Amino acid sequence: MSDASARTGSQPWLLSFPSIALFLGLLVVPLALTAILSFNVFDSMAGTQDEFTADNYIEILTDRYYFELFLRTALMSGGVTLLCILVGVPETIILSRMQPRYQGIFFVMILGPLLISVVVRTLGWSILLGREGLINRALVELGLIQTPLQLMYSMTGVVIALTHVMLPFMVIAVWSTLQKLDGQVADAARSLGAGSFTTFRRVILPQLLPGILSGSIIVFTLSASAFATPALIGGRRVKVVTTSIYDEFLSTMNWPLGAAIAILLLIGIACVVMGSNRIIERKFKQVFS
Amino acid sequence: MKDKGLGSNGIGSLIFHTLFMIFIIAPLAVIILVSFSDKGYISMPFDGVSLRWYRAILDAPELMNALWISIWIGLGAATVASLVAVPAAIAIARYRFAGRDALMALLLSPLMIPHVVLGVAFLRFFSLMGWSGSFMALLLVHALIVVPFSLRLTLGAIIGLSRDAELAARSLGASRWVAFRRILLPLILPGVAGGWVLSFIQSFDEVTMTVFIATPGMTTLPVALYHRVSMLTDPVTTSVSAIMIVGTMVMMFILDRLVGIDRVLIGKK
Repeated sequence: MSDASARTGSQPWLLSFPSIALFLGLLVVPLALTAILSFNVFDSMAGTQDEFTADNYIEILTDRYYFELFLRTALMSGGVTLLCILVGVPETIILSRMQPRYQGIFFVMILGPLLISVVVRTLGWSILLGREGLINRALVELGLIQTPLQLMYSMTGVVIALTHVMLPFMVIAVWSTLQKLDGQVADAARSLGAGSFTTFRRVILPQLLPGILSGSIIVFTLSASAFATPALIGGRRVKVVTTSIYDEFLSTMNWPLGAAIAILLLIGIACVVMGSNRIIERKFKQVFS
Repeated sequence: MKDKGLGSNGIGSLIFHTLFMIFIIAPLAVIILVSFSDKGYISMPFDGVSLRWYRAILDAPELMNALWISIWIGLGAATVASLVAVPAAIAIARYRFAGRDALMALLLSPLMIPHVVLGVAFLRFFSLMGWSGSFMALLLVHALIVVPFSLRLTLGAIIGLSRDAELAARSLGASRWVAFRRILLPLILPGVAGGWVLSFIQSFDEVTMTVFIATPGMTTLPVALYHRVSMLTDPVTTSVSAIMIVGTMVMMFILDRLVGIDRVLIGKK
């Protein structure tokens, strides 16, 4: 693209001006205001004050309650990520072995739920997970348990429902790596006498690792920032970072503290993304170059 | 990968696959089943089949109101997003300029920032500006968060496109605008339209950000549904959800016709 128009100075800026205006006015400014808000003083009688303090951050970083809140959120996201790997990776490999016709059908079935509101999917899980729900009935019928399990308003329930919400992202990530994979390498390993498990562990899995890692980053960060599923399945009993931000803003009305938690969530997620990207770059430099 | 076909998967793989698909479909199937219940509460299994919970939607004015707001917000947000994203996509795809990568990162940033943080930021901003409960404000922030989808699908359509026809038109005296409208736009239209439909769906489904800035009179359907589900368990939520599932399936069919559903969802090519 080295023709005359590629040199035109102002042309690209004219074209992108509307989008830049929209993003400066409605994204950069509100985020900056939120960062400022997180340093405001909050008075339980008079509300948010114009004075500045670091107390909101000090409270979050020293109080055990918030430490447990962030830890619980990280464990929940970690659990969902692990389940997505254990379930999503084998399924994607199974899909890759099917005829294109079947692949198409199952892809739409697996990825389609991404386009359905997360509230709807969560409602489905709350019907399934209830004390009288289908899962508990089936487990009691089968004689596996005596009394119904408490799945609603429990961490187990939240992790199950979130795994359902996040699985498509893992399938997408692993699938795109799998497409680049040369099937002949696996065939070569087999023909040289490697068993199917050895072939998987020594040949296929290492090649899939970049996809699994990028899928894990997506699943982890989206789980840590998920709201509707932990709020509806976990309720008040399983509080995570997002639901406590919601409570600070809309129940307690302590906006500066809520803003500080939100900023810390943003920073935490940015650290996870950048940290894992660095690991991926270091580990797979030799694989890619 | 040689021997393709269901057969190259062992019996264990097929059992795994079946359980996986049941896991994926179960929560959606159970909603559609329960929505036909004739009981006054959400129960599964049930005995009598009825349409009473579909009729009950008509008696829930706040859900009907929220549905219309969601539709108008979705139409408006998808349109505004396309109007700003298409020129930006042309700038990014066709020009090399300083700040091009930064522009791309800025326009894709709504995908990276947790929607809770966006919701908090907009709540603060709207309350300072006095925009709480404003339809236009809600529409514009929805447009902002769906710009990445429109941008990506439009970029996908422009990149790899030959410029020959456009340059020929220009050399024959067509103005930039005519060359865009008569040559480039028709060529990228499937991508732009796909981006518009995907943006509409994303706006229509958004709940985490909107739950912060919705007000009692200005609420979208997922937010109204969220509040209803969190407070009481009446089967109206299942009939509304069943309609949303079927509606999404129709939209998926349209997307598939326009750009191919796998391309939208996997984002390849």
